[in-house]
Amino acid sequence: MTAIINYGVGNLFSLTGSLKHLGIEAEVTADRETIENADRIILPGVGAFADAKQKLEDTGLIPVLNEQVAYGKPLLGICLGMQMLFEKSYEYGEHTGLGYIEGDICPLTEDLPNNLKVPHIGWNRLIIKDKSNPLLKYTSEGDYAYYVHSYYAKNCEESVVAYSEYYVNVPGLVCNKNVFGTQFHPEKSGKIGLKMLTAFNEVTK
Amino acid sequence: MITKRIIPCLDIRNGRVVKGVNFEGIQDVEDPVALAKFYNDSGADELVFYDITASFEGRGLFSDVLKNVASNIFIPLTVGGNINSLEDFDRVLKSGADKVSVNTGAIKNPSIIGEAAKKYGDQCVVLSMDVKREDGKFMIFAKGGRENTGIEAVQWAKKCTENGAGEIVVNSINTDGVKNGFDIEMLSAICDAVSVPVIASGGAGCMEDFKTLFRSVPGVDAGLAASIFHFGEVNIEDLKKYLIGEGIEMRI
Repeated sequence: MTAIINYGVGNLFSLTGSLKHLGIEAEVTADRETIENADRIILPGVGAFADAKQKLEDTGLIPVLNEQVAYGKPLLGICLGMQMLFEKSYEYGEHTGLGYIEGDICPLTEDLPNNLKVPHIGWNRLIIKDKSNPLLKYTSEGDYAYYVHSYYAKNCEESVVAYSEYYVNVPGLVCNKNVFGTQFHPEKSGKIGLKMLTAFNEVTK
Repeated sequence: MITKRIIPCLDIRNGRVVKGVNFEGIQDVEDPVALAKFYNDSGADELVFYDITASFEGRGLFSDVLKNVASNIFIPLTVGGNINSLEDFDRVLKSGADKVSVNTGAIKNPSIIGEAAKKYGDQCVVLSMDVKREDGKFMIFAKGGRENTGIEAVQWAKKCTENGAGEIVVNSINTDGVKNGFDIEMLSAICDAVSVPVIASGGAGCMEDFKTLFRSVPGVDAGLAASIFHFGEVNIEDLKKYLIGEGIEMRI
């Protein structure tokens, strides 16, 4: 069973729908025991970093997540959920993340020429750095993923598994041991995204 | 780099897909879920649903259609029509929408854009505008294109994006339903004024019209159309292959 962390952020309709469509058993939950008993954990999220981090703190689940990650349970962060896996975010100030992956979340605007639009919205090609990563089992170089974001991960070269070009290299899939993160939305990336969710479901501790 | 997007638009009334020509003479086409699945399979990059239902009962039917589509189709869904309050945003987001498009609701109450952007993020708020030439100026029209609001379109686009709209759908009333190409002049004027993604709507009649759109207005991110897709005059897969052949990046 996959535990989808419920901390009152974002629309979980597509995520739960896509897992159901794939026949993957999942539960949207904020219950400690359910998370401890799950085989895998997904941390979703849309919106602003500070607000989401505060809401996650308010659930009291951060120590549980820390424990489960240390124990080796596969964790997948999606979009803002991925950004929270890092050490720091500079979205409207400076905020501390969960620190599972080295690196910072920084504004795209500061690194892009004026003619490029922010948010980075749309379908972008994946360029694969590490094909051996289990999440890429069914993904090929050049497959397209759907992105919607204004901030991106920096100073994290070692954890980048796949990226997309938007003047800068935007980390698309990052990984540190059992912790995975996608800046794009697999649940919105058509067949490619469904394949990635299938691959995550095959990752075991 | 990011691809240009092809977006079929489905107008929904009482649970069925309809399409008006110049907003009048509406004609039934197909079942929304079947049509959405068909578009997803043929490579649509996103789907737009407009609720044009007038009755309360019909609105419930629309929510059911949305939920059904969102459970079966895993590409972005934008939903508009009858969006006048944060409660309306909430209602469609809870039925599976990823982005919410607001049109007349923003004309009646411009602060809704800022409030929604603050609550759901800029990326969730799409400004949809119906624009028509009046005495040589681009003006915002309301009530399905029948009423000139007196608001100048370029200024409106600027104001709404400053307030937090993360994307704009520009529908040209002059070219809508005419099938003689997108309104290049109008789209260029809007694209020059804003820095968020712009979706062109109104006027697509053939594959060449999309090539002209993306070549003539490089700032446009997506082309939206309804009838040419619904009636099978243009197949999305063929269209994307054609555009790739013309050097325009597309997802296939």
